[in-house]
Amino acid sequence: MPAQREAASLEEQVSQWRSYLRRRQAIHSIDVAELEDHLREQIAGLVHAGLAADEAFLVAVKRMGNLDALSREFAREHSDRLWKQLVIVPTESGDSRPAPRTDAIVAFCLAAAAAVLIKLPVLFGIRLDQNSGFYARNAGLFVLPLLTGYFVWKRRLDTRTPRWLMVAFVAAGAFANIYPFAPRGYTEVLAALHLPIALWMVVGIGYAGGRWSQVAGRMDFIRFSGELFIYYVLIALGGGVLTAFMAMIFRAIGIDVEPFFQRWLLPCGAVGAVLVASWLVEAKQSVIENMAPVLTSLFSPLFAAVLVAFLAAMLWTGRGVDVERNVLIAFDLLLVVVLGLLLYCVSARDPRLPPGVLDFVQVVLVVSALLADAVALWAIATRISEFGATPNRFAALGENVILLVNLAWSAVLYFRFIRGNGSFTDLERWQTNYIPVYALWAAIVAIVFPPVFGYI
Amino acid sequence: MEIGKDLTAASSTPIVLAILAEKDSYGYAILQRVRDLSGGRIEWTDGMLYPVLHRLERLGYVAARWEVSASGRRRKYYRLTSGGRAQLAEERRQWQAVDATLRSIWQALSVSVGAGRPASARLTQGT
Repeated sequence: MPAQREAASLEEQVSQWRSYLRRRQAIHSIDVAELEDHLREQIAGLVHAGLAADEAFLVAVKRMGNLDALSREFAREHSDRLWKQLVIVPTESGDSRPAPRTDAIVAFCLAAAAAVLIKLPVLFGIRLDQNSGFYARNAGLFVLPLLTGYFVWKRRLDTRTPRWLMVAFVAAGAFANIYPFAPRGYTEVLAALHLPIALWMVVGIGYAGGRWSQVAGRMDFIRFSGELFIYYVLIALGGGVLTAFMAMIFRAIGIDVEPFFQRWLLPCGAVGAVLVASWLVEAKQSVIENMAPVLTSLFSPLFAAVLVAFLAAMLWTGRGVDVERNVLIAFDLLLVVVLGLLLYCVSARDPRLPPGVLDFVQVVLVVSALLADAVALWAIATRISEFGATPNRFAALGENVILLVNLAWSAVLYFRFIRGNGSFTDLERWQTNYIPVYALWAAIVAIVFPPVFGYI
Repeated sequence: MEIGKDLTAASSTPIVLAILAEKDSYGYAILQRVRDLSGGRIEWTDGMLYPVLHRLERLGYVAARWEVSASGRRRKYYRLTSGGRAQLAEERRQWQAVDATLRSIWQALSVSVGAGRPASARLTQGT
């Protein structure tokens, strides 16, 4: 029947209009319902006056007015809506995942558990100020298993994966504590630095749930890591302000809080904040614009400019890289930063979009970083024998090579993409497939280096 | 006749409050009532009524409730509060003052210029 078909097409048009309206940030779904009631009443009135349904729809939509102007009016009236709220208040959507409140409770309980865990060794006479080596080696183990547990709970993983993750943590704990490290030796510092990096991938497997094998799952973990870092820094800043005030007001009544701060607040806060920050990242995921990509697009051009200026200055003045002990580490860090910029640019980019200005900036950034690093490596390679082969130098060199390979191939893929010979997903796949390489190298440095170099 | 943007914005509050003073109503019916009362001379863009209603709600002049209409749809009804009634009285005083002032000046113009044609013509062009 034509009347039925007409009604069906009208429904379709109205639902299209509704979904179009829903995309407006300032217009909430409750307002959309109000406006829809208006639209339908208007259509009914017009149909009653003799218009066909689709004509009535067009007239009603036109009378409703320009949606941009309308959305602006709504935004002016409800300006608070443009500031997206954290999901600490329950959302309207009724999904089946654990309620935000339970989620928060679990996260805070785990944060408390981490705080207890880091104070536990004190019961056995291992104190932070006297056994800093023990705490440094085990730093990751106080908090990362709990964080992984949080994700295992949240993603409702089956029992097999968590068992393997557990094995990884137990193994890491064994290596960190059985090896007879020389106190404050090179290998102990290296193990303390690299074990958390290796374990971070274990956290990632928990985070991704069953999606670790997919590019999208690993990419989500990269996004999570960036956001977590930013949140952690923010929480640390807040904690700093809090302690400053605490110290100040307690000093006014003649109480020194410094011992309390050093023994309790700092270690407990540092581990607890990881879990709280993770929970925040999870909770606000789709609610607030991700910060890491915003910072990336802000700093990519600046870093690119600095590197190009550096290369130009080197060419102009003819100065070589002044090789001293820490130059390799400095260039490692440079590559890490460039990789981070590239990674968070990749993570936020819609792969379907054609190449844009920011892509050229990224290529300039990566290529100039590669050139700068090549120059530094050349300078070091010619003199490496003079320095002697310490574990530090080996680790730094290995890291440099790993990052260099990653960035070089990224540059190739990026070139292909800009020239239209490849897709952006190739770059995504390359970056996400490379994650285990970092973890593997970190594990090698933490586990194989100490015995090879005699635990010095 | 098109009424200017500022005048529309300024007059919307007393008009909406006065319509709600008659009886509780909802967006579409309020617009119909405006159309009837003005004889079609005042035409609001339909959607723009809603931010106005929400502003009045925020200011506490009206209170809203959801009801299920005869057609089975959920519909948001607005009711004038006591605060809204006081505001309406205040608006009414102000508009009456403006209205009285304008009336006197129209009258003075038509008296001083006789037929009043040149001056008033210039004035309407200027507006």
